[in-house]
Amino acid sequence: MAVGLTLIFGVMRVVNFAHGDMMVWGMYLAWLLATRAGVDPYVGFAACAAVLFVLGLIVQRLLVDRIVDAPHEMQILLMLGVALVLENAALVAFGPDPQRVRSPLRAATLWLGPLFVDVARLVTFALAMALTVALYLFLQRTDLGRTMRAAADNAYGALVIGADVRRVYAAAFGIGAACVGAAGALVSPILPFQPAGGLSLSVASFNIVIIGGMGSLPGAFLGGLLVSVAESLGAVFLSPSMKELVSFSLLIVILLFRPAGLFGRAAT
Amino acid sequence: MRWLLAAALAVLLALPLVLSSYAVTVFIFIFFYAFLGQAWNIVGGYAGQLSAGHAAFVGIGAYASAVLSAQAGLTPWIGMLVGGALSAALGTLVGYLGFRFGLRGFYFVLLTVAFAEVCRIVALNTDAVGGALGYYITFTGNPRQFQFQDNRVYYYIALGLMLVATAVVAAIERRRFGAYLIAIREDESACEALGVNTFRYKMLAMVVSSFLTGVGGTFYAFYLFSLQPNSVFGIPLSVEIIIRPIVGGAGTVLGPILGSFILSPLAEAARVYLGQGGWSGAHLIAYGVLLIAVVLFLPQGAYPALRRLWLRPTPR
Amino acid sequence: MPVLLEVSGLSRRFGGLQAVHDLSLSMGPDEVLGLIGPNGAGKTTAFNLLSGFLAPDTGAIRFDGRSIVGLPPHAICRLGLCRTFQIVRPFPRLSVLDNVRVGALSRRPRMAEARERARAVIEQVGLGAKIDQPATGLTLAERKRLELARALATEPRLLLLDEVMAGLNPAEIEAMVALVRGINATGVAILLIEHNMRAVMSLSHRIAVLNFGEKIVEGEPAVVANHPRVIEAYLGEEYVHAPSG
Repeated sequence: MAVGLTLIFGVMRVVNFAHGDMMVWGMYLAWLLATRAGVDPYVGFAACAAVLFVLGLIVQRLLVDRIVDAPHEMQILLMLGVALVLENAALVAFGPDPQRVRSPLRAATLWLGPLFVDVARLVTFALAMALTVALYLFLQRTDLGRTMRAAADNAYGALVIGADVRRVYAAAFGIGAACVGAAGALVSPILPFQPAGGLSLSVASFNIVIIGGMGSLPGAFLGGLLVSVAESLGAVFLSPSMKELVSFSLLIVILLFRPAGLFGRAAT
Repeated sequence: MRWLLAAALAVLLALPLVLSSYAVTVFIFIFFYAFLGQAWNIVGGYAGQLSAGHAAFVGIGAYASAVLSAQAGLTPWIGMLVGGALSAALGTLVGYLGFRFGLRGFYFVLLTVAFAEVCRIVALNTDAVGGALGYYITFTGNPRQFQFQDNRVYYYIALGLMLVATAVVAAIERRRFGAYLIAIREDESACEALGVNTFRYKMLAMVVSSFLTGVGGTFYAFYLFSLQPNSVFGIPLSVEIIIRPIVGGAGTVLGPILGSFILSPLAEAARVYLGQGGWSGAHLIAYGVLLIAVVLFLPQGAYPALRRLWLRPTPR
Repeated sequence: MPVLLEVSGLSRRFGGLQAVHDLSLSMGPDEVLGLIGPNGAGKTTAFNLLSGFLAPDTGAIRFDGRSIVGLPPHAICRLGLCRTFQIVRPFPRLSVLDNVRVGALSRRPRMAEARERARAVIEQVGLGAKIDQPATGLTLAERKRLELARALATEPRLLLLDEVMAGLNPAEIEAMVALVRGINATGVAILLIEHNMRAVMSLSHRIAVLNFGEKIVEGEPAVVANHPRVIEAYLGEEYVHAPSG
């Protein structure tokens, strides 16, 4: 999930505020698939990714593309607008109550050495890792991937060598959105979700991406691990309602001390 | 232009005499949010430091004056200054952390959101101020406790607040402070090279803005009589605060007022017609669309666009 | 000769790269000192160090007798040392007048006075006709003048000009040279980074040459132009003959 955000930022230097809300839509789509079509989210996540890819493309082409060169304030406001629309559309469409997706895998558990492991979480983890690796390979091996990385390093330079930068931007945004859609689907059997949850997901994503470094894929991955550990520790020691406090406090600390992240380059 | 504004003011002063109680309520809504938007305008519009957490200041001001009134018997007329000061203290902290650590643009926005959310969560979990159930103020109708039987008194107070904030912004714009803030918004580094202590001016803007917003919190508390952490510290309130100046014209004196006159009636209409059933978020969707539209088509807001239209027929 | 700026042993590295190494210079209050060297020689880094945008690793910088190391850029500007940027940074949405007024406000806190001072400076640089135009509508040459005007409005004793001729055509360059000379004549010392050799030769009283972060030669234009080490540094970019100035 954070990988998607860092991709968008790295390539386009636009921060996607609507990230968490897109993920929530991913979750709801998975839910729809599960309840209406009986498709297990662990299979259906590909469809969710596809839908969100298209959504991402639309958002990018229609909206973000126009403001790539605009002052930062404008970009922020635009994405805030998108976030508002997405979040409240979900509210209107699905109602405010939390939902969860039933999956046959949910109930199964495994003994893995001394640990009691939830199969659902294991599958989620495995698939997420697989997707991350696939994305990494995509960026390293394919033409489009390489162009994206070039554009991330130096947008002007990429233009000069003839890369169709607009297409690259669109693809980056689309893929980023797809990642998030997949993430939403994969997580939907595990976490309860509701339209208002968009913000905390966005915050979690930002936390991860800023720690790992904006624009750095390995950083996002590492950041994800770090933040999850931190949050789990927090959940152990504090009451559940304060868990959110941990993520926000973490965000503040991270913002103050590491805006460039562990691996990344600093934002302009 | 001056006579137009003076006439409008005269009309606004006379309105409560002819309006229904409900209409008065709508105007209170317009004025109050114009006030909050104007306060935000100082740091968000002029200085260009987008704060999406201004609800935190409303909340602190509201809870402070409410609690002081109930526990210590302190009249909210003074309580509002205390609330304002406490909000300014938080504003100083957020500003200091943000500006000292060089957080700009998006990072600063995140910081403000984080602080507002922290306040919200703390309030939710603090039983002394009512926790998740909220804090309630008993209605006494006693003016010394900032409570009035007659809606129309609230009308004039809200109008007064709006005018005060507008006067402050106009005064700032006329002076070096304003010129510096606008320049900082354009290019901070260039400002530094020209002798502008950007840190100091950004801080000043933050302090003034948060103080005024905190004062507004008292009005909120003693007009609505109930404080819910999710409402008074929440992101929806922050959005309500910033959207009026942005749509009306951030960084202009009349922008927030224009924005509020446009949006508040719409929001109220949305609430009335769509508020029931599953449509409770609908007006926020409209806000989102509006925000997108403004960014794409009218980045400077409605007021500058209108002014250009107004001035164009005049031959130069 | 009284010394306005005194730099000694200035050094700064970035990771593995020693951008400026043991740089020493001094300037008097009416001088024009040209700073030249191949790309990447450390000239703009030196400017950043002098104007407070970067902190030196070691070394001393004394302006008008007092140390300015560690002072923030705005404080250094207030002391009388002002810089322009290599890539011009006008305030895009503000008019020429409002742009320059920001500079003037540093000395004249009252808006009306600052405005007057700004007008005067704008006339001085020849942008009077465009005074109310937004900065985005100006040509590059005009923006360079705007940048210059803004800095001038702060009433500096020493002006750091970073490639103020870059991107200008020959006619514009001549005009700019005349303008800079005129500014110097009013008592403002100028430290000038420039690649245009004609301009540098004709404007400067003395020239310092940087290469790989170190000063390799310093002296009068004619001497520097023929110095073997300078020619060597510029290998392939030979400006051996000093033009008549």
